[in-house]
Amino acid sequence: MAMPLESPISFTNVGKIRWWQRGIFASQTGYVLLALAVLLVIMHFASPYFFTQGNMQNVAKNFSFIAIATLGVTFVIITGGIDLSVGSMMCFSAMITSMVMTELSAPGSPLVHMAADGKTVLANVPGLILLISILAGLGAALIAGLVNGFCIAVLGLSPFVTTLGMLSIVRGLGYVVSNGRGSFPGGPDADYFYALTSGDVLGVPAPFIYLVILALTMAVVLHHTSFGRHVFALGGNEKAAELTGIPVVRVKIEVYVICALAAGLQGIIISGWLGSAPANMAMSYELNVIAAAVIGGANLAGGIGGPLGAIVGCVLLEVIRNGLVLAQVSSYWQQTLVGVIIILAVLVDRVRSRMT
Amino acid sequence: MTKTDATPVLELTGIGKEFGAIRALHDVDMQVWPGEVVGLMGDNGAGKSTLVKIIAGNFRPTHGEMRFAGSAVHFNRPVDARAVGIEVVYQDLALADNLTAAANVFLGRELKRRFGPIALLDHKAMASRALELFGELRSETRPDDLVRQMSGGQRQAVAIARTRLSNARLVMMDEPTAAISVRQVEQVLGLIHRLKEQGVAVMLISHRMPDVFAVCDRVVVMRRGEKRADKSIHQTSPEEVTALITGAKEAA
Repeated sequence: MAMPLESPISFTNVGKIRWWQRGIFASQTGYVLLALAVLLVIMHFASPYFFTQGNMQNVAKNFSFIAIATLGVTFVIITGGIDLSVGSMMCFSAMITSMVMTELSAPGSPLVHMAADGKTVLANVPGLILLISILAGLGAALIAGLVNGFCIAVLGLSPFVTTLGMLSIVRGLGYVVSNGRGSFPGGPDADYFYALTSGDVLGVPAPFIYLVILALTMAVVLHHTSFGRHVFALGGNEKAAELTGIPVVRVKIEVYVICALAAGLQGIIISGWLGSAPANMAMSYELNVIAAAVIGGANLAGGIGGPLGAIVGCVLLEVIRNGLVLAQVSSYWQQTLVGVIIILAVLVDRVRSRMT
Repeated sequence: MTKTDATPVLELTGIGKEFGAIRALHDVDMQVWPGEVVGLMGDNGAGKSTLVKIIAGNFRPTHGEMRFAGSAVHFNRPVDARAVGIEVVYQDLALADNLTAAANVFLGRELKRRFGPIALLDHKAMASRALELFGELRSETRPDDLVRQMSGGQRQAVAIARTRLSNARLVMMDEPTAAISVRQVEQVLGLIHRLKEQGVAVMLISHRMPDVFAVCDRVVVMRRGEKRADKSIHQTSPEEVTALITGAKEAA
């Protein structure tokens, strides 16, 4: 039984895992990133328009429109959950934001006091209405996220069923508050709103800037805070997380709230680009968002995922869509192709993990 | 057995537990001293795991008193038991295999560094402390490797290293040798010796007679919710223990 005392440990039986067998190189995200690079090269030769500044801006803007929500849903997917209500949440937040904005700016509306110059009091402070209305939109998402989190973490309902219900509830509420009509951002702050959502800084679309900031924040949170560590632990082994004293209920509620807020923010940005928040906005976007996350390497069984994967997934979807348009292929093929890519991406990862 | 400490690290008096009409445990007295390895044996349904769960804070006992290092304790949650120095190595090890060895060791009590209002994980400190612990346990385990890529013995080392983090005084191990290879069993028994050397009391719950006789100082046999035997390992034999477990011999 006596073992030789050796310190520090010498690793005679345990080989070192090589750099290409760990981290991003051994992940689905890595392979999909490679596939994306290949696709970009192919696109460059297939169409002279692909790498033009205009088209690049277009691509950057378009994928940013689902990427922020994808970051949010990636949090949920890492814990082993799912959020199907992101599409409805986008619409509802956007709708609340533009309705509050219009309402607070409208003279004669019952909620506001008039100032001497015939505008509402709030409208005399530039940006105040914008701030309040965006907070209102995000607040609506926050509440829905809290309800999701409470039902899943405290009541123990299945994430799939809970968020499927929330998909319907929130979409329904959107129709109720708007009476089925769209709402439009209006009032004195509408210009700021459009500048913040569909403007650009030195040719870089604003949504893309938000995306980069949020993705970097997410990377730090996931890999360098104990909250992030707990999110991964929850997806890896929920029972272990509980036994080691991780506040499982709190972490779960937090990820659903983060996801809802990301979706809300995404919806508000999209409505700025559309110039309105129609009641059927972002219909079935949850499927694109989840597809992007999964293609980028988030594992629906939990425990794996990250911001880079989420963005790579979104870019890949957008480049394919853009490529099909440039190649003058019927855009109806897009959906079919997306489905094929989801299965291929997961398949390649499966083959890889069998080989090692 | 009693070195300088005259007080047992764990002392149970008259512990009983009922689940409705079912009497899972009845009047169990037991003492565990520092640096002692006690084997807890018994057939399925004998009350071993109920006893372990009471000590670990998963259940509250219906009757009886529990003293830890001389003072009476009442646990409402597993975290309470951990706070006084009782650690459990669960049968399924409670590891998240998508995380690294170091991350698992520090799960739930990560080391952090403050940068103003935000606290970020201190990866370096955790990795070097984990490496130290693996060294103490003489396990060839790299802190930065994913648990998914590890052998059964290494996983055990990670789970045991976790208990060393807080300088636990009592470590309970639930079937640590049930599902691993012969060579790894040797490693795990070695790990138990390491704990013993450091004055930690170990309670080994096992079905495997050879393992119990290889490392334990004392064996406690449970049957039908009662303690039937509590003997020094030198005063008993595998045959006698088997007879006690099956009921061929009522008590000893």
